[in-house]
Amino acid sequence: MSDISVSGAKILFELPFGLTISETQVNMWIVMAVIAAICIWLTHGMKVKPDSKRQIVAEFLVKTVTNFVESNMGKRFSGFTPYVAALFSLALCSSLLSLLGMYPPTSDLNTTLGWALVTFVLITYYKIRTSGIGKYLKGFTEPVFLMTPMNIIGEMATPVSMAFRMFGNVASGSIISTLVYAGLAWLNQAVFGWLPGVLGDMAAELPILQLGIPAILSIYFDVFSGVLQAFIFCMLTMLYIASAAEVET
Amino acid sequence: MERALVLMGCAIGAGLSMIAGIGPGIGEGYAVGKACEAIARQPEQKGSVTTTMLMGCAIAETTGIYGLVVGMLLIFLAPGMFLNRL
Repeated sequence: MSDISVSGAKILFELPFGLTISETQVNMWIVMAVIAAICIWLTHGMKVKPDSKRQIVAEFLVKTVTNFVESNMGKRFSGFTPYVAALFSLALCSSLLSLLGMYPPTSDLNTTLGWALVTFVLITYYKIRTSGIGKYLKGFTEPVFLMTPMNIIGEMATPVSMAFRMFGNVASGSIISTLVYAGLAWLNQAVFGWLPGVLGDMAAELPILQLGIPAILSIYFDVFSGVLQAFIFCMLTMLYIASAAEVET
Repeated sequence: MERALVLMGCAIGAGLSMIAGIGPGIGEGYAVGKACEAIARQPEQKGSVTTTMLMGCAIAETTGIYGLVVGMLLIFLAPGMFLNRL
């Protein structure tokens, strides 16, 4: 029976002052470099009249994201397009990194909590800007004063639920894949170990059952779940910010 | 003996915490069923119905994810934490 090991991000090297650089950061840097390289490659040498496929793809991407943001948040917030596009591409690429067998940065709670806190700061900023700081603080004591702790918990639940949703989906996918892989290895040994003689020993060692089945799980957990969670994270960001700016009572 | 008790408690707790999966399962099944009805009634709205459904499903999943996080904490973190304290 093979060992099952589920571990978090490995610490690669340590810096002075107790700072540690883990797999999460390094993989995130890789993702950032790849996205930046793609952006530079898509946008260099642009012309007013596009004559290359590259520029048409770039214009299509920008137009799609702009339409998406404007249809969800309204024309007034079209300045959020770069933020949403950056968040979506980062989340998507770091979730899809697990297809290459690397540690996906989104299965570390620190990454997703960081993104959720940025969104939370934006939400609070827009709430204070639209209704003033006095009204914002007074909103916590409504409908009655006793509800203040509940309101504060409710306010805190927004970033926590956003972070946990993404972290839980990606991390549970990798844990389930590991468990299924170990289970299939055990099943392989149990099924083919019965064959007589050397044939049984050989067949038990060969990963016959592990060939195709984990790929199906990987399509669901890595591709579908990763794309869906990235999309939902951006969608929630837009909806929360847009609704925070509309509390004009 | 104490170690065994701690590990047993953590394992049972992790199992119990996944009861939280029942709620999202029922809720998402209901939402998907309603979405199927909506698509059957108005097939031309398939795209927006599917997007809204996936969005709602992901939000309904949150409580289940909370249960999962508690289960993961109980399996990976709690045994070490409690065994150090013994």
